Amino acid sequence: MLILECPYCGVKAEETELSPGGEAHLKRFGPGSSDDEFEAYMFARKNPKGVHCERWRHAYGCGKWFLAARCTATLEVFGTYLAQTAEPPAEIVEKIKAKRPEWKGYS
Amino acid sequence: MSDPVSALGGATFEGFASVREIGPLGMITLRAKAGTAGLEAAVHAATGCALPAQRRIVRQGDRAAGWMSPDEFLLILPYGDVAAALAGIAQALQGQHHLAVDVSDARAVFRIEGAKADQVLRKLSPVDFDRLEPGELRRSRAAQVAAAFWAEDGGFTLVCFRSVAAYVMGLLSTSAQPGSEL
Ligand SMILES: [Zn+2]
Repeated sequence: MLILECPYCGVKAEETELSPGGEAHLKRFGPGSSDDEFEAYMFARKNPKGVHCERWRHAYGCGKWFLAARCTATLEVFGTYLAQTAEPPAEIVEKIKAKRPEWKGYS
Repeated sequence: MSDPVSALGGATFEGFASVREIGPLGMITLRAKAGTAGLEAAVHAATGCALPAQRRIVRQGDRAAGWMSPDEFLLILPYGDVAAALAGIAQALQGQHHLAVDVSDARAVFRIEGAKADQVLRKLSPVDFDRLEPGELRRSRAAQVAAAFWAEDGGFTLVCFRSVAAYVMGLLSTSAQPGSEL
């Protein structure tokens, strides 16, 4: 079972109270980009076995989107943070690196 | 003007806890960011309550103000007082970006009462009721639908969408069946 603490309302929400939103920190390629860039933005996702930064929505709760860093293989959660964050916060990156030295970063 | 009617006409069920649909109850959804000038005055004008803290519900007599999200509040008041309260909110938040809507007829409200009332909800929601604090408003789900509830007066008050009122009444009644205590 996956439990993520919503950074907006503080509820420790169980997976069924949340809606998954896929990979976080995507760089948008819109008008003016190449076909390859746009295709990658639309369809290409990392889907790693291991550390992953994801978007989640507290759907049965406050309704807000937030971001979470977790391991897709063990469900270990490294932290959750606000959606208005361009990259994982330093303290969460530290935590991941301490536990998963082989991690190559979120991008 | 026609008489207001609650979703289930005050349906009741007696099990190991008692379940009853209450209302019609006046309810206003107020959306405004924390820190909006006039927000406290607006909540006070409609309910007489102070601005609730995160995940709290504050009561003043038959009125209450609940924290629903960082920019959403649920105001509860007598059904007939909604129009006046909306006018008070509009005045307090004049010129500020906000939204205040009468949702009284979009919701259904239930009371679950008795010494084992918590058990009725424990079976339906993925919530740690041992950690639910007094005055805490918890938004979650009841089986398959969204619900918000809080402990009050020796029981729980539960709010859901009116369109699923019969479903929720069925859930609560089944969960409160005598002999199915936890
Ligand atoms: Zn939340």
